[in-house]
Amino acid sequence: MTPLEFLNIVSPFKDKVFRLAKRLLVSREEAEDATQEVLIKLWNNKTKIKDYKNVEAFSMTMTKNFCFDKLKSKQAQNLKIVHNNYQDHSVSLQKEVELNDSIDWVGKIMEALPEQQKMVIQLRDVEQYDFKEIAKMLDMNETAIRVALSRARKTIREKLTNTHNYGIK
Amino acid sequence: MVLNNIENLLEKYENGETSLQEEQQLKDYFSQDTVAPHLEMYKPMFTYFLINQQKQFTKQLPLKTKKRFNYKWLSVAAVAVLMVSVFITKPFSTGEPTFTDQEIIEINNAKEALAIMSKHLNQGTTQVGYLDAINKAGTQIDYLKEVINPMDRILKR
Repeated sequence: MTPLEFLNIVSPFKDKVFRLAKRLLVSREEAEDATQEVLIKLWNNKTKIKDYKNVEAFSMTMTKNFCFDKLKSKQAQNLKIVHNNYQDHSVSLQKEVELNDSIDWVGKIMEALPEQQKMVIQLRDVEQYDFKEIAKMLDMNETAIRVALSRARKTIREKLTNTHNYGIK
Repeated sequence: MVLNNIENLLEKYENGETSLQEEQQLKDYFSQDTVAPHLEMYKPMFTYFLINQQKQFTKQLPLKTKKRFNYKWLSVAAVAVLMVSVFITKPFSTGEPTFTDQEIIEINNAKEALAIMSKHLNQGTTQVGYLDAINKAGTQIDYLKEVINPMDRILKR
């Protein structure tokens, strides 16, 4: 397989891999490294690519596992980069102004979600996969996915409603 | 009517029961400029999803086509070279030198010539041996010194 053929196989979903990695790892650089790592792993096993039923789903699963490993090693190093201090009212004025940008807010809210909900909402609402594909990628059953999705959507909506009404009520 | 539909869809959406088409309908509705005021908090959510769809992976992929050099083969080559060198050097170290008849005759001639030469040389050295007598005489002459010594003692007294 030539690099060109490989890129043709990979290019439809490499952005999706990147976005999933970014959703889980938050930092753009980390996500880029993770995507590169996943795609190179795929390239090194290029002889087996034909045996995979669904290269895209396989890559997404690989990305998920790779990012989990990354997060685990980060926790072991005590370098957690999860922002879970939204309730902190002592934030500076500068930050408050930033957070008023409600679209950024959605991103921040999503960062606070549990990993599983993050992935489900990323794969469904951003990448628009159907439930079957998500089930295969995350190794979950469809009901569990629906539940996780529903919880994630409700959390986001509730938090947005709170900020939306902030100062009105 | 449309608003009613959207509200229904939103409820289904929050329960995770909407299909992809219905979700697309919602995204279309919330990407409009004007949205019903009581639904406005949904707007950033759907806008966020749409924006996130456009993020791209721009980093270059270093795809190596050449396989990495395999050091296993280096040792194989080294062993091969060793074996070959052993086989090449062996005949020279153990095999008897072989000569033709012509060469044997020449060697014998050379041996004879050398023997004659050494014989004559030895004769020469025995004749030179007479020179030892001169050395003996020299040492005997030294006795004369002792004859002179008593003479000195006498003169000093």
